[in-house]
Amino acid sequence: MTVTLFIPCFIDALYPRAGISMVEILERLGHTVICPEKIACCGQPPFNSGYWDEARTIAAPVLEQLKDAEAIVIGSGSCGAMVKKFYPELFAKTPHAELAKQVASRTWEFSDFLVNKLGVTDLGAKFPHKVTYHDGCHGLRELGIKTSPRVLLGKVGGLQLVEMKDEICCGFGGTFSAKFPMISTAMGEVKCNNAVETGADYIVSGDSSCLMHIQGLLSRQGKPIKTISLAEVLNHQ
Amino acid sequence: MSTFVSEFKTAATRVTGDARQRQFIRTALGNYEIARDKRKASFQSWESARQAAAETKWQAINHLDTHLESLVAKLEARGTKVHWASNATQAREIILKIVTDKKARSIIKSKAMTSEEIHLNDALEHAGFTVAESDLGEFIVQLRHEPPYHIVFPSMHLTRDQIRDLFQKELGDAPSNSPEDLTMVARRVMRQKYIEADIGFTGGNFAIAETGMISITENEGNARLTAALPKTMITLLGIEKVLPRFSDLALFLPMLATAGAGQPMTCYNTMYSGPRQPGECDGPEEWHVVLLDNRRTELLADPEQRDALHCIRCGACLNVCPIFRNVGGHTYGTTYSGPVGSVITPHLRGLQDWKHLSNASSLCGACTEACPVKIDLHHHLLHNRRNASMSEPSFFEKLAYKIFGMVANEPVFWSLAKKIGWLTQPLQRAVKGSALDPAKAWTKTRDLPTQPLESFKDWWRNRK
Repeated sequence: MTVTLFIPCFIDALYPRAGISMVEILERLGHTVICPEKIACCGQPPFNSGYWDEARTIAAPVLEQLKDAEAIVIGSGSCGAMVKKFYPELFAKTPHAELAKQVASRTWEFSDFLVNKLGVTDLGAKFPHKVTYHDGCHGLRELGIKTSPRVLLGKVGGLQLVEMKDEICCGFGGTFSAKFPMISTAMGEVKCNNAVETGADYIVSGDSSCLMHIQGLLSRQGKPIKTISLAEVLNHQ
Repeated sequence: MSTFVSEFKTAATRVTGDARQRQFIRTALGNYEIARDKRKASFQSWESARQAAAETKWQAINHLDTHLESLVAKLEARGTKVHWASNATQAREIILKIVTDKKARSIIKSKAMTSEEIHLNDALEHAGFTVAESDLGEFIVQLRHEPPYHIVFPSMHLTRDQIRDLFQKELGDAPSNSPEDLTMVARRVMRQKYIEADIGFTGGNFAIAETGMISITENEGNARLTAALPKTMITLLGIEKVLPRFSDLALFLPMLATAGAGQPMTCYNTMYSGPRQPGECDGPEEWHVVLLDNRRTELLADPEQRDALHCIRCGACLNVCPIFRNVGGHTYGTTYSGPVGSVITPHLRGLQDWKHLSNASSLCGACTEACPVKIDLHHHLLHNRRNASMSEPSFFEKLAYKIFGMVANEPVFWSLAKKIGWLTQPLQRAVKGSALDPAKAWTKTRDLPTQPLESFKDWWRNRK
């Protein structure tokens, strides 16, 4: 299968290892991976701030780039939700309405794609650590992704998964983290404490943006637990 | 920046810095979640129940006109006096007139968020009447001269010790900090007030169009006494409280109790259908029902967010909201706090003044997941943001997104932006957290990630 991999802007700039791991995993499974050069961002920042015209300016070229893609895989639940769930709403009653629906129907979040489209759960990875998994809210509640990452982690050699006590947001929320930093930080503190309480060595997530927030707090507070993307764990030999 | 947003930010900063209060709220609401989940499990299918409730409320709200006509006709047929209030001022005037006509002096009230919405207590007290709240939580916050902290648990922010000290100071009686002792003190004070009251004032949880009944749900029996003892009863409720059929209560009463407080059923559920009828031995001689619009019809006219009128004020969305849990109820500065408050307050009190509540959310969606009537809460926060930005865009934000769009859409610019980001990292580190730091909002409490020299796209290009 030819997989069109959509690498979100922050993975491109800040967490290339996550993207590289996705490419390597998909290629190892025998698929052809293409990454459209012209796609940088899904348009979620202006969309979430209410600037839908500006969001469409960014999202319309994305749709054009993805027009003929067989399967679109996005390395983030949040950007995945943007394309899969919000593009149809953003482009409703515009000339792109139909295309937005088509692209949405062919779009998958990375872990969901592996488990539910490809039917792959064991990637032969080894990661001999105790980890806890953070569900990004968009992946969890917009796309309903809860089991796929856990099924994949369950097959990783030497890995022990310990769940955190609450299913709650890390407090990132995009521009929210800068507009209301005190609330965002307080939410993040709760999340970090829950993660530390599990005694895990790593917090794993399919959303690097959440991990950026969590890691930012952990580093500042000198907490020992580390963060790593799901794709990197699954690519770890 | 409007006063409301700066007040919100100041209060949010204060509460998020108060580890004790946050822990207290988190523990209380954590216990609620455990109880709620236990009760949810006793439904054959909680999800089907939510769907059925959402459909029933859809019917109720989308045919509100006919349901209200039926409700009023049935109420009037049994001698109830029905009043229509378009806004808060009218509602206060109607109630003040009834109270004045009755030559009343004191009013006993059971819990009603609509009375908070129209600031009834202030109006009554200003006009010289004595007003006593009879719900224990409301009684406590009234003694503290503050609004309820939560729509269902008004005094949840207070410890037993604080309540003991308050009773000692205001009532001169508090033998210990045990809930039993404190409740007995409150009960003694309240019993006297029931006897003295000329008017009993209540809210309403559901209004049954089919039978012309107002259903009131409570745990303390105080609403029954409020309705039964005084000669005149006044009930104020929003027009959205309508349910089509009496049998709908079979779903809505357990649902409200489960979602609201993790109870199988609330202790007392009473359906009021009229004042004392000939031959009956109790009940008020006169019953006035005031139906409040106060911009609910404007929300009704908005097909996108009309479902916000489905709200049964159970508070489930507040309880699970990580923002509410960290900033508390008073921070919102609104009658209805939490996610549903953030959705409806801009409609009830003005979008531009209250849009910040829709922005103060990570859009995590826990509220929507918890809502028993399936209001699309967190998406409505997005809709409010869009409506606010469309009608009054921020010049700088719009410009920033325009520039961001130009950079994101042009690979050369995007590469350049990444290189500039990488090159300026030492500078960013040097100014970190200072007034010169453009990312100060982030870096004050959080570290920025280290940007690698080679981006994903660089890697992709190089390997090809």
